[in-house]
Amino acid sequence: MVNRGSGSTVVGVVLPVKVWAQRFAFGLLVASAFTLMLLSKAETVLIERSQTAVVDAVTPLLEVLSQPAQSVGNAIEEVNGLFLLNAENARLKRENALLLGWQNEARRLQMELDALRSQLSIAADPIPRAIGARVIADTAGAFVRSVVVNAGTQDRLLRGQAAVTVDGLVGRVAAVGRRSARILLLTDLNSRVPVVVQSTGDRAVLSGNNSARPKLTYLPRDSAVSPGDRILTSGNGGVFPPGLAVGIVAEVGKAGITVQPLVNYARLSYVQVLDYGPDGILPTPRVTQPTGPTPHAAAPVAEKPHPPTDPATDVTTAAKAAAGTVP
Amino acid sequence: MTPAGGAIRLDRWARNIVPVVITLLMVIIGVTPVPVPYYAIVAPSLPLMAVYYWAVLRPELMPRTAVFAIGLLQDVLSGVPLGVNALVLLLAHAVLLHQRRYLVGKSFWMFWLGFVMLAPAAGVLIWLLVAILRGALIAPDATMFNILMTIAVFPLLAWILSHTQRALIGQGN
Repeated sequence: MVNRGSGSTVVGVVLPVKVWAQRFAFGLLVASAFTLMLLSKAETVLIERSQTAVVDAVTPLLEVLSQPAQSVGNAIEEVNGLFLLNAENARLKRENALLLGWQNEARRLQMELDALRSQLSIAADPIPRAIGARVIADTAGAFVRSVVVNAGTQDRLLRGQAAVTVDGLVGRVAAVGRRSARILLLTDLNSRVPVVVQSTGDRAVLSGNNSARPKLTYLPRDSAVSPGDRILTSGNGGVFPPGLAVGIVAEVGKAGITVQPLVNYARLSYVQVLDYGPDGILPTPRVTQPTGPTPHAAAPVAEKPHPPTDPATDVTTAAKAAAGTVP
Repeated sequence: MTPAGGAIRLDRWARNIVPVVITLLMVIIGVTPVPVPYYAIVAPSLPLMAVYYWAVLRPELMPRTAVFAIGLLQDVLSGVPLGVNALVLLLAHAVLLHQRRYLVGKSFWMFWLGFVMLAPAAGVLIWLLVAILRGALIAPDATMFNILMTIAVFPLLAWILSHTQRALIGQGN
């Protein structure tokens, strides 16, 4: 507070100093903003820790705020459901009958698999523990495609773990706080997921590009991928467990191959983070790596083997011709 | 100092931090999941609107450091490279302090027009900064929709903020 009794001399000095200080403060803040940009570009541990700490601090508020929005969404869905009750019931009955058939098939295959595994003495894939988490912040905006969930290190979440829903892969845990974590969606610019095309057994990388449909990259040139093919995680690189459903090939064109993720990001409210324990996904290195079909690839692959390396030109043209037949 | 004087000062202080607190809340509300398809991609930039509103109408209650902190919180929560929103809000705030005399005391249409000029500039600058920092061109369509959404929602938010201002703070000056 300026003492009004001391006359105008004090004000005369204070005012320019104040103006100067304000300009200096502006310059300082702009400089700090640029420094932060550079530091966050360098991905320093300190910056990441402070970021997760801030998100952690806001998490209780986000949890409260995200509740009513979700309740409204659920209510709308319930009202919608009431109108469609009969149709939904009929659909579910049909689906149930179909799934019971699949259940029998799965049991039969499991027995067969166990028998074959015991003959070959191959260790079974580790079964993950699923950590449930609720989406409390949807930041899948124009610039970054990620969500924040209300589980963190206290729930044994780790960076790099896969987040899934019943539909398929959501993304990976990119940053973890104590009680919150950021999950980078498949669609983000920085998302790279090693995948395999189920029908052909070809390995590729699913690269996000901030659009709704990520692109299939590093696919062998002779690959005969067509729209509708299922994409699964390949487990390469040990980041994601193999065999998680990822998406469906949406378009095969000159601009590349786009994949529609199976997860509906617009309705993402809960995710499960897969925890494979302290050993991670690949406790034992695989001894033999079959060159052609993957365990997920079915019989058709055996009929048309691909040379995995050395993409000869004639094969490429054949692949192009095959791609050309696709509408 | 009498107890009553202390209470009045505390009361005034509490009223004076309302704009900053509301704007910080806007940042958090802005990232809250809304169960509407594609909402998150085109979600309006609530903090920009709030900073605009207070910087024009009550600039003394929206100091520079607070604007910086608001932008930083938005960066952290939305996961964009740190400093992007902080810088853009800071620049917008600086421009507004110079230009607010053209907007104060005019009709609402002028007030809105000012925002219509500011929002695209801020949106494009954020888009550019993110593209440079992430090292990749991002399809501009989402940013465009985001800007249009922000401009369209502004009257509603301005109406809410003006009621808040009337109820809690007053016109000032």
